Amino acid sequence: MANYSTNELRSGIKVMLDGEPCSILDNEFVKPGKGQAFNRVKLRNLNSGRVWERTFKSGESLEGADVMDRTMEYLYTDGEFWYFMEPDTFEQYQADEKAVGDTHLWLKEQERCEVTLYNDSPLSVAPPNFVELEITETDPGLKGDTAQGGSKPATLSTGAVVKVPLFLSQGEIIRVDTRTGEYQGRASKS
Amino acid sequence: MLRARAALLDSVREFFAARHVLEVETPLLCSAGVTDPAIEPLIVERGSSLHSPHYLQTSPEYAMKRLLAAGSGPIYQLTKAFRDGEAGVRHNPEFTLLEWYRPDHDYHQLMREVAELVCSCLGEKPVQYITYRDLFLAELGLDPLTASLADLRLRAQQELDLGSLDGDKDLWLDLLMSHLIEPRLAARGLCFVYDYPASQAALSNIVEKDGQLLGQRFELYVDGLELANGYSELTDPAEQRRRFQADNARRRDTGLDEKPVDDRLLAALEAGMPQCSGVALGFDRLLMLLTGSEDIRQVLAFDWARI
Repeated sequence: MANYSTNELRSGIKVMLDGEPCSILDNEFVKPGKGQAFNRVKLRNLNSGRVWERTFKSGESLEGADVMDRTMEYLYTDGEFWYFMEPDTFEQYQADEKAVGDTHLWLKEQERCEVTLYNDSPLSVAPPNFVELEITETDPGLKGDTAQGGSKPATLSTGAVVKVPLFLSQGEIIRVDTRTGEYQGRASKS
Repeated sequence: MLRARAALLDSVREFFAARHVLEVETPLLCSAGVTDPAIEPLIVERGSSLHSPHYLQTSPEYAMKRLLAAGSGPIYQLTKAFRDGEAGVRHNPEFTLLEWYRPDHDYHQLMREVAELVCSCLGEKPVQYITYRDLFLAELGLDPLTASLADLRLRAQQELDLGSLDGDKDLWLDLLMSHLIEPRLAARGLCFVYDYPASQAALSNIVEKDGQLLGQRFELYVDGLELANGYSELTDPAEQRRRFQADNARRRDTGLDEKPVDDRLLAALEAGMPQCSGVALGFDRLLMLLTGSEDIRQVLAFDWARI
């Protein structure tokens, strides 16, 4: 992997630090007019998700991490692993629970996701920002009650529970923002 | 922003015109670079007018000192300076410096004039003067002159994640100053820090005070932003030559290339430069303070990424 000098570190670049793959979030150049220059680098540990700030002497170099973001199609889960496929090469990858985390609540088969690979195996999975999912369980809809105010929990086909307006009923398809878990509206009929 | 810059340039020129300080211009290209191990110049390699590579100035200091030695009297300059590798929210590799020299002033008199200039540009603000030693004692409970390298390192490691960072005592002082103390100056208006450890004297005169060697150097922080650096200037050519050599020795030790010594500056000091004080002030940062900008790129017509 390429090495990066502290001056080249920008948000999004992936490096190895203390043996852990990290993503750069921010890099502040700190230098007294006369004296040593430093870089205060904010990073996210891609294994643990922990964010930390490390100070380096300017000009030091860090080893790049073999980390890549790929768009893949979600295939299925066998309960232990989640399987993804690269659409171009049909190559399949299995991601464990640690890599998938809460993302499994938004995974719909054949949906495209961002899979982050580290040394060629999935490190994390990010769902699309918006997904359309079917309501599998909720209290009966109240016809005509389309006025604002009032919501109820609804369970979706993936197991996610979101708050939806009272007028929605089981079997309907809704659009959800996966970043906030908020209901966005009924899915447009296709 | 263009208008704010133009107006600020005007007020600076008015300030010096009223005090009969002469505006001068000196060349941006220099045949000798700066030996300071913490500053890297940009080099102009080619051109039919160049018999050797030349350096873009990192400050107009040497040229202005040659003018002082030639009897210029008080002078100031608004000019571009270049420092390789310095880019961030407070740095641009090409930037505007305001630098001025006052024969017969000591650094305390010059600090007061800097305060007057800054307040004339930004409006009245509280002004505080504190020695480097007292600032460290007050903020960290550490004496920067007597603390051991191990004490300084321990303190830094307690508060910051530093990995395998290591270096000499000055590195740890710089780290504590920039990471822990500087942020605490944010609400203080103008804060002059003066009397630096001799190892950080740069080109200032070194004197002995209470058994400690101190550089007659000051730094001005305005609302936590480092704005200016000044000295009671070193005028002794032999000492100047020793500092150049010491700089180059440090450059060698840290794997940097040595820089040619500016013989014209040494000749000017030998011919006799008057006792004087001088200061360099970051003009772009002054404009940041005036306009409340958090990023230097906001106050430049075209920043480094857009040239």
